[in-house]
Order: sequence, then structure tokens, then C-alpha cells
Amino acid sequence: MSRLLLKGGRVVDPAHEVDDVLDLLIEDGKITQLEPRISAKGVEVVDLEGLVVAPGFIDLHTHLREPGREDKETIATGTKAAAIGGFTAVCAMPNTDPVNDQAGITRAILEKAKAAGMVRVYPIGAITRGSRGEELAEYGDLRDAGCVAISDDGRPVASARVMRRALEYAKTFGLTVIDHCEEPTLSEKACMNEGPVSTLLGLRGAPAAGEAIMVERDILLAELTGGKVHIAHISAALSVDAVRRGKARGIQVTAEACPHHFALTDEVVKETEYDTHTKMNPPLRAEPDRAAVVEGLRDGTIDCIATDHAPHTVDDKRVEYDQAAFGIVGLETAVALSIDKLLSPGVVDIAGLVRLLSSNPARILGLPGGTLAAGSPADVTVLDLGKKKAVDPNRFATKGRNTPFGGLSLKGWPVMTIVGGHVVFRDL
Amino acid sequence: MSLSQRHLLGIEPLDVKDIQAILDTADSLREILDRPIKKVPALRGKTVVNLFYEPSTRTRSSFEMAERVLSADSLSIATASSSAAKGETLIDTVRNIEAMSPDMIVLRHASSGAPHFLARHCRAVIVNAGDGAHEHPTQALLDALTLRQKKGRVKGLKVAIVGDLLHSRVARSNIYCLQKLGAHVVLCGPPTLVPPGLDTLAPVTYDMNQAIEGADAIMMLRVQFERMTGGYFPSVREYHVRYGLTVERLRRAKRDVLILHPGPMNRGVEIASDVADGPYSVILDQVTNGVAVRMAVLFLLLGGAGES
Repeated sequence: MSRLLLKGGRVVDPAHEVDDVLDLLIEDGKITQLEPRISAKGVEVVDLEGLVVAPGFIDLHTHLREPGREDKETIATGTKAAAIGGFTAVCAMPNTDPVNDQAGITRAILEKAKAAGMVRVYPIGAITRGSRGEELAEYGDLRDAGCVAISDDGRPVASARVMRRALEYAKTFGLTVIDHCEEPTLSEKACMNEGPVSTLLGLRGAPAAGEAIMVERDILLAELTGGKVHIAHISAALSVDAVRRGKARGIQVTAEACPHHFALTDEVVKETEYDTHTKMNPPLRAEPDRAAVVEGLRDGTIDCIATDHAPHTVDDKRVEYDQAAFGIVGLETAVALSIDKLLSPGVVDIAGLVRLLSSNPARILGLPGGTLAAGSPADVTVLDLGKKKAVDPNRFATKGRNTPFGGLSLKGWPVMTIVGGHVVFRDL
Repeated sequence: MSLSQRHLLGIEPLDVKDIQAILDTADSLREILDRPIKKVPALRGKTVVNLFYEPSTRTRSSFEMAERVLSADSLSIATASSSAAKGETLIDTVRNIEAMSPDMIVLRHASSGAPHFLARHCRAVIVNAGDGAHEHPTQALLDALTLRQKKGRVKGLKVAIVGDLLHSRVARSNIYCLQKLGAHVVLCGPPTLVPPGLDTLAPVTYDMNQAIEGADAIMMLRVQFERMTGGYFPSVREYHVRYGLTVERLRRAKRDVLILHPGPMNRGVEIASDVADGPYSVILDQVTNGVAVRMAVLFLLLGGAGES
């Protein structure tokens, strides 16, 4: 029996309103005791004095690229990046090649994750076959094979009829529909946010309204159908407002935000003179949008932080701005950015931060974890809120080097990650 | 004389002194074009590569002429005949060119920011000869030179820029250039061709009569049909009625108004033929000044003033 005793850390478990210096005993992959002073013999003891001990962080939005684009990322490299970044579980988006729209593909991903994965991998199935936006995928089979949600991320469902059917049909299986909200006819050939900056740079922009139109649509359809919708990577003030109103009406809508959308604005496209590491979809928005995302995270309108980790090869990004691939890596920077940009300035307190990164993501998709109560899986993230370090893309575990945060010095980093009682990352 | 910038990526990063230095240099170099032997050794031994990823007659021949007059060794690469047609990336093409150690690369490219990309990856001096819908700095400089020549000054002039502002790199460069030189710029086009936030740069009106009222100069922009994905205006006929420059409409401007057009013109769309060919048109002076301005840019950026 493997046993691990985490001693003297500040345990923050908002699911049970715990915030105390406590010891935590892990036995056989489960948390068995959480007490002020635990003495046990024959255990490996880790001294965590001065550090924060939180339930393992869960990323609802990761692109692991396997199968099909192993040149960009593999389940092995992606989950290693997750472990280093403080995540004990990642939800893998289905836009692989082939698309995860069949139980066989889901099972293949899970088998690979079991063999090579350093953290838990929860596959997300496609909403429609091939994510083509036409016929529904077989949600029952997908769920039984292990899919925890459905999404056509990256290829938004344009048809309101298809989205309606998806929300209705997914109810049978209790699956949440995760939507990348983008009205495609308003963002043709767009490569950044539409606004004064895109005008100055002469780049085609996607208006914030193009996202909000689909957020509004999805909320209305969730109301119509009684289905559950989760808004992926919310980026616009108009969208945050839509979610806030939807929640007030009691509709089953949740939302996530990415660190780049609360840390940066479209001004950086200009400041960096068209650096393609500032290109992602949804794009970096204007300052009022960034501020609205922060406010949404503060007041609970936005339920959680997700990375939209999107690794690409150097060649995909070392081209003209409008030719470059969309997306940035996020697993190894998300937690530090959240601490530095949300916790340190007081937008959220430590319990709020843990909710955004652990208990809320677990709740949204009904995943195990999200708490450190006795009997829970021993998935633990340890943070050093005082640790200062600069982001160094050359030392990333992910294959992707595509980050706009290279060289940025951040205060507050994950220093230990435990999955099922096994230490998968340790930098103490 | 030298510039504050190592590259010419746009007008926006230039200061007024830079612009004046270029215009003054162009003024003094223009005289060479009237000599019987149109050649000076100013840039002997310097190599310039003109890398054109978009079709261009005027700008490319203008740069080539300027390079020859100043005795630079130059070479022009157009996409149709280059490796880009075989799928080579911009970075690979440029690395190959760099291996030949050119002193300068003049780039025309359909992607906004392509010159900035080159500037990051090259040792050579980069001159932007038009990038997407971003900037076309030498066009704005030759327009300013033309205005200065004809009006004696740019400061205080009312200049209307009319037409397809959305797709126009000429408009963006001209707004910066004219404003830095103290002109009053008014922008005009149908709302579908006015990008958001343009009014943070200069006042915008959708009424052409209002825009050209009392104007000292009118700069007509080409309707860029090739960049349009459709639906910006209902018909060429209606566009011409609302936003075309006609002799009748021209009466609202000052009596000595100048008409500029960066070319190529869509006659009968944004400009009526009798205006384009009429007495106020300085469209061909623009072409001559284009060579002079490009000589000045080459000269100042390549250290022709006597740098070791």
C-alpha cells in the first residue's frame, strides 16, 4: 500500500469551506485523512509548510492533438505539460484527426492516456459527425466509452436547428454541450478582434458581437430544450452579459475563460508588430472586454478557467500573420497567470481561485475530484504563491512553443502535482 | 541627413523630421531625372532586392527606376516567377535572399505585417512597398511631395480622402502623413467601407458633398473589387452616383483643388474620366514624384549621404 503524508500546508478546499493548516494522508490513491496533525509510520512525508494545498486542477479545454497531429503534441507530452502546470486532469477536445466522433476513437484515446498519460484524460466527443455541423454523433456510445461532454470546438455549430437537436438529444445521457460561439459569416477570414486596432493594422477582424450572437442563441436554445450548455473560452463583454442574464433566468448555462483573455488585449498585436503568438480564436479583445471577463470571474458569472491549450509547430506560426495557425499553448502558464493576474490583485481570494480551477470544472461536467474531503481521489495541486519565475518556452514540456507570454515574470507557481496518490511533478 | 528608423515599415512610426527629410531629399534628387544622363553613383555597390508578392506596375517600376538612377544593383522577384508559386514559405524565400547579402529588401505583400515579419528575420533594411490593408508609405510620401510642390505647403490644407477606406493601405499611410505635416484630413466612404475605429484617426462622413466642401485636395481611392467578399454596396452605378468624383460635384471644392489617385483607376466608378484627365488632376505628377521619393528613401536608408 502506497502512503504519502502531506504535512503543514495551507489546505484550501472551498467545496467544504476548508482553509486551514492541515495534514493530509493519502493511501492507495485516495485521501484518507485530513487533520491538524497526523502522525503515521512508514509513510513518505512531504513538508509543505508555507504552501497552498488544493484539490487537483482540472482543465476543461485542452487540445492534445493525438491522434493525427503528433507533430504538434502527443498525449504523453500534453499530459506532462499539464502535470507541470498544476493540472491533475484535462478534458481533450475532439478536433483530432480523425475527429473523436465514435466510441472506438474515444477508447483509443483512453488506452493511450492510460499507457502514456501523466494526468487523467477525459475525452470530449464531437457534437456532429466529423464536426461538420450536420448529423449528430452517437452520444450514447460516446458517453459509454468515456466521453464526459460533447463539443465541435474549433468548428462552431452554425445551424441553430442542429444545436437545438444536440441540446435535446444530449439530455438523454446527461451530457453538457460545450460550444465555441462564433457566427461564421461575421468572421470570414478574420485573424484578430475587430476594432480600432485591427483597422490600424489593416487586418480582418471578427466583431465581439459575432461571439455574443451565438452565446445568446445557445442560452435561448438551452432554455427551449432544458439542455445544459457550457460556453467555451468566453472573450467578449457582450457574451459575459448574456451569460449573466441567462443564469439570472435560471437557465443551465456555464462558462469558462482563458488566461490570455483576462491577461491581454488586442493592443498586443500592435505592440508586438504582428507577432503570430498573439493570434488565437476567439481573438484577444479590447480592454472593456478584458475587464468584463475579469468581472465575470470575480462575480461568478464565469464558472471556471480553462486553457484552450493549442500547441502548433514552429512552422505553423512562423508565417505572415493572416496565414498563421490560431491558438497558443496554455497548460504550463495558466495557473501562474491566474495567480498573478487574479489572485495577487485581489480579484479573487484563494478559495475563489481554487473554485475556478478545480471545484467548478469538476461540478460542471460531474467529474471526480474538485475536493480534498476524505474518500476523494488523491488528486492534489500544491502552489507556492511567493515563487517568482519567468515563462521560458524553451523549457516547456509541451511540444508547442507558441505562447505570447515568453519572458514574462510571474509570481505564484504550481510546485507539486499529485494524481491518484502518485507525485507526477515536484519542484520543491 | 538620416532617419530615426532603420526600416521604412510605415508612416506611423516616423516623426515629422523624418518625413520632411525624405521630402527635402526627394526635392533635391528630382532634378537628376531631368538631366540628359540620368544616373549618379550615390548607391554604387549597394544591392537591393524588390520582392513583389502582388501584381504591381507603378510601384515596382518606380522603385526599379529609382534604384537605377542611384546606381544600386537591383534585382526584382515577382511571385509568378518565384518559388512562392512552388509553395515556398516567405521565411524560406527570404532566408535564401538573405544568403546573398542584399543591403535592402523592398517588399510588396498581400498580408498586413509581412514587412515587420521580414524585419524580425533579416539583416537587410526593409522597405514596405505596400502590405495588405496596412500601409503604403512611399505612396503617402509621394502624395505629400506632390501637394507640397503644387500648393507650396501641406500644413493647413483640407484634404478629403474618399472611397474604399476599408481595404486601403494608401488611406492609412496618407492619414498619418498628412496629419503629421499639419493638414486637415476628412475621410469619406459608404459605412460598409469605413472600418471600425477609423474615426479615432480623423473625422469621417458618409456624405461626399460634405467631405469635399472647400477641399484643397481630393484623394480618390480605388474600389478594390479584388479584395471584396461581396455585398459592400449594391451596384457600381449607385456607388458612382454617391461616391464618384464628377465634374459637377467638384464645384464644391476650392477652385484650385488638386485631384490625386494612387492608381490604377476604375474609370466611371470612383472617378469620372473627364475628372481624371482634367486640368485639376495631378495623377501623372504623382508618378514622377514617386520615383523621386523612392530615390530619397533608398538614399537615406542605405546611407548614401556618405556613411562609411
